[in-house]
Amino acid sequence: MTVLRRLGVSVDVPIAQTCCGQVAFNDGFWDEARPLARRHLDIFEHADAVVAPSGSCAAMVREFYPMLLRDEPALMERAQAVGHRTYELSQFLVDVLGADDAGARFPHRVAYHPACHGLRALGLREQPLRLLGKVRDLEVRRLGGAEECCGFGGMFAVKFESLSSAMLDSKIRAIEGSGADYVTATDASCLMHIGGGLSRRASPIRPIHLAEILAAQ
Amino acid sequence: MKPSPHIDFDRNAREALGNEFLQRALRSAMVRFRELQAPVIAEIPEWQALRAYAHEVKLHTLGRLDRYLQQLEQEVSARGGRVHWARDGGEAATIIARLARGRYVVKSKSMTSEEIHLNEALERAGCEVTEGDLGEYLIQLAGEAPSHIIAPVVHRSKESIAELLSAAAGTPLPAEPEVLTAAARRLLRQRFLRADVGITGVNFAVAETGTIVVVENEGNIRLTTSLPRIHIALMGIEKVIPRVADLAVFLTLLPRAATGQRMSSYVSFITGPRRPGEADGPEEFHLVIMDNGRARIQADAEMRESLACIRCGACLDVCPVFERTGGHAYESEYSGPIGAVITPLYRGLRAAGDLPFASSLCGACGEVCPVKIDLPRLLLELRARVVRERGASWSERIFVRAWTWVMTRPARLGFAARAARMLQRLVRRRLLPLPYPFSRWTVSRDLPVPPARAFRDGWSK
Repeated sequence: MTVLRRLGVSVDVPIAQTCCGQVAFNDGFWDEARPLARRHLDIFEHADAVVAPSGSCAAMVREFYPMLLRDEPALMERAQAVGHRTYELSQFLVDVLGADDAGARFPHRVAYHPACHGLRALGLREQPLRLLGKVRDLEVRRLGGAEECCGFGGMFAVKFESLSSAMLDSKIRAIEGSGADYVTATDASCLMHIGGGLSRRASPIRPIHLAEILAAQ
Repeated sequence: MKPSPHIDFDRNAREALGNEFLQRALRSAMVRFRELQAPVIAEIPEWQALRAYAHEVKLHTLGRLDRYLQQLEQEVSARGGRVHWARDGGEAATIIARLARGRYVVKSKSMTSEEIHLNEALERAGCEVTEGDLGEYLIQLAGEAPSHIIAPVVHRSKESIAELLSAAAGTPLPAEPEVLTAAARRLLRQRFLRADVGITGVNFAVAETGTIVVVENEGNIRLTTSLPRIHIALMGIEKVIPRVADLAVFLTLLPRAATGQRMSSYVSFITGPRRPGEADGPEEFHLVIMDNGRARIQADAEMRESLACIRCGACLDVCPVFERTGGHAYESEYSGPIGAVITPLYRGLRAAGDLPFASSLCGACGEVCPVKIDLPRLLLELRARVVRERGASWSERIFVRAWTWVMTRPARLGFAARAARMLQRLVRRRLLPLPYPFSRWTVSRDLPVPPARAFRDGWSK
């Protein structure tokens, strides 16, 4: 919000919003996910643009609502309309506003983890890095195997706990090897996963959302 | 057909994760594959267009299978070949066993033959069978199943391979790849020269000419299709493509995605048996065209595109789950993301319904597939079917229903968030055990520390 307002965007956070339904949808509970999708459309339909600080949620609305709602043509049409105006934050800043520079300062070494849904469902490759490149006093550290998944995957993290943890292990080894003080991403859920792993290992490296870096001054 | 046993992927994955050799071997092999594939894919500027084209050709053909398969049969017959139709794996194995009865057989690497356990059927029919592909030969000596579509023996060390080949050669061999390969070559050459029947799979079957195309690197397929008196080729109904011209696209995509090669060492085009005046080739050519569940998938609009698979293995190579489990964890000849889709379709959701959930949905498979199969979408579709038709566990149902109940009203969310903060304090003081699914989360990860004041509280005031 701080970042968007700084760039002159009028922001509303509809307090009625809850969850886009991805948790249920990804786990196969489509009947449970549909009412949440309907709610989401009711709440966000009036906006010129919907910005989510999560590539995964934005991908849910843009890419997966049409699949979830395919048997309800009227809803599907609405979903497509909202989907076209739904963006992940860095995507909105760079592609829509054309703003690479959020006017931030963050004097730390930062590793960027390209979260899977943002990377592959939304095609976010350059946008977050361009924004980080313009943050004053920030040093971007190279992350080995950056495009490999951190192992979160919603219910996957608990259903296949051992696999998820093994994937997290690799990710954390790469983060520790990057020499960064902070690891950032465009997705709160991946950061929660990575952060949970870092905290368990008592690592000094902190997870931080891209928006928090862009808001810092 | 008897019901297939349940595949417990979580248990299998734990076992694989505990095997240090397997972890190292898989990691280095998968990284190697990716490093080989990336540059030869990047050098084709129209790669994305070729993927889309190949996808269209496959879906076009899958929509008109009856027409193209009839054309294929006519063209194969017109060139002196014989076509046999098999409803399922049992029928296909019976047809092949009848043709080969009592004879000496060499067989090339073929996923379709693995699918129907052809070697067992042939042995029951009194045939002696030798796998001609090096990896498959080793698997056969070990009495195992392949663990990767392209690298069937990736789970074994060179020491264990030396043991297998030493036993076969009757003389101790050192664990040196060059020596072992040379020894295998000597052993296999004798078999090729002796064989009466050669069995291969089919990479592509061209309807307009009745030509089958087989792709390989070792030359064993060339030997299998030219030395023995009888050649039997086995294909699933989805292998047919309309025109020779389409091969220009498929043969650009397949080797790059499979092994990171611009072209496979041997690409054989086989059109009928030996003709009068020709110097080599078999006297008889039989093409066995098998359904074995494919027509059912073809009729399933949401799942049909899974039949476009050209068995390159690229989705396995990029999959972070496969990289940690290997192929055996899937208990199916088809592993990795494509296996997690087609094994449940072939064997049923009751037996293989866990597999579509064994993915973080990272999307790497869908991005890499050279025929642009939307694997994440197929996994999601199957998950919905599993929940609808087989049902989820009660703990999962309670969690997801509670989640969606809370999320349907903002007031409930506010209340639940406050309750969760309170419960988390009790859990931290060990006054309460953590409920599912959080109990599984904390095996290796801490829970996030809740903020002192929720964003929505601050915002609404």
